[in-house]
Amino acid sequence: MHRDYDVAVVGGGLLGSAIAWGLGRLGKTVVVLDEGDITKRASRANFALIWVQSKGLGMPAYTGWTVRASESWGKLAAELQAQTGLDVCLQQNGGFHLTLGDDEFEQRGQLVTRMHNQVGAADYRMEMMSASEVKKRLPLIGPEVSGGSFCPLDGHVNSLRTFRAFHTGFKQFGIDYFPERAVSAIALDGGEFSLATPKGEIRAGKVVLAAGNANQTLAPMVGLSAPMGPTRGQIVVTERTMPFLPHPLTTIRQTDEGTVMIGDSKEDELDDRALKHSISAVMADRAQRTFPHLARLNVVRSWAGIRVMPQDGFPIYDQSESHPGAFVACCHSGVTLASNHAFEIARMVAAGALESKLVGAFSASRFEGRRAANSSGY
Amino acid sequence: MFKRSDQDKRPSVQIFVDGAAIAAREGDTVSAALLASGRDVRRATAVSGAPRLPYCMMGVCFDCLVTIDGVGNRQGCLVPVAEGMQVEIQKGKREIGR
Repeated sequence: MHRDYDVAVVGGGLLGSAIAWGLGRLGKTVVVLDEGDITKRASRANFALIWVQSKGLGMPAYTGWTVRASESWGKLAAELQAQTGLDVCLQQNGGFHLTLGDDEFEQRGQLVTRMHNQVGAADYRMEMMSASEVKKRLPLIGPEVSGGSFCPLDGHVNSLRTFRAFHTGFKQFGIDYFPERAVSAIALDGGEFSLATPKGEIRAGKVVLAAGNANQTLAPMVGLSAPMGPTRGQIVVTERTMPFLPHPLTTIRQTDEGTVMIGDSKEDELDDRALKHSISAVMADRAQRTFPHLARLNVVRSWAGIRVMPQDGFPIYDQSESHPGAFVACCHSGVTLASNHAFEIARMVAAGALESKLVGAFSASRFEGRRAANSSGY
Repeated sequence: MFKRSDQDKRPSVQIFVDGAAIAAREGDTVSAALLASGRDVRRATAVSGAPRLPYCMMGVCFDCLVTIDGVGNRQGCLVPVAEGMQVEIQKGKREIGR
């Protein structure tokens, strides 16, 4: 049979795009099979943090994986800019999680202590800061801010431009990107994969499932599993204002072009076409208690998005035993982990095997037999 | 560029543009008064800093953004002038405290 591609990546969001770009970078022939514009796409709804603090409680390997991503993001941003001319506006000068009132400050302090005490987790220097220490770095905080935690590895990026840069890079690497090609069936046939799409069959030597929450349906087609538990989040965006926020926060950040993004709720509802204004109101209220000046700004946009979320909050990277050459990759933090996907996961897929030293902890086998720990995966 | 009609008999209203007194007419919008003033009233856009003047004059295009009485990003084409109003031509993004 004629093999069209070395690798077919199913899913053209930020995660699939990073892996496909990374494979193209290694000289592989790659096709990306994507859904269309109206698909629920976290890549266009996300909050764009590159976030380390609080990641990995309950799974120390996730802390190390996240630190590794944070440390290689600069390389990714530089390579994307050199290749495409697009500046993704990476900023990594540390981020804050601010608390309102004494109870929140105490709870955050306990979380920081639990993270520090976790055996085997990488040290990423998260520390608690008093309100007066925070005020030295963020002079516009309001009187209700009781302090917060700071991690020097945290940052943010223009995630829409990152997404665009990957797709611009596709062209230069000769990667075929096909929208409106939702994959409905995958078969292993004569040592290669046949993928059924609405516009015909695609054949490839390997397949990477990177279809977000849809991986739950796709993975069993190649002997894998990907138990997902998506949630909805809402974001509120203000008009552009002069730079006032030199560090991103867990729930407030100022973009490179001056808008202020306020996030991010967590709801069980999975309809992304409507907003709950009562939730936006709580988010906006907390934001203006954190930075009272925000109350003067007009809100210009808000939206809801569906998080890609493995059931226990931690990433899933796995390879199939029954279907050699089939991989699954899904995680919540497609922005934070983009560098790992472009460099590490792509390298492993190209070589034909995941490296257990780096990603063994993320196998979906952890869901078998017992109820996996459900913790602060993100 | 713009010239007031000789038949326009509306009473005069004084506003200030970057501190300078301007004679507007009752019923003018801020944008109309700015365009009629003969001054260089070009704002600078928030991201690229490109020069812009009021364009659609009906609240749609947001190219008339201006600081009025200390509040940034007001749509000048939707705000009627008032005696003693302080208008500032906005260069770039709104400042967060105003």
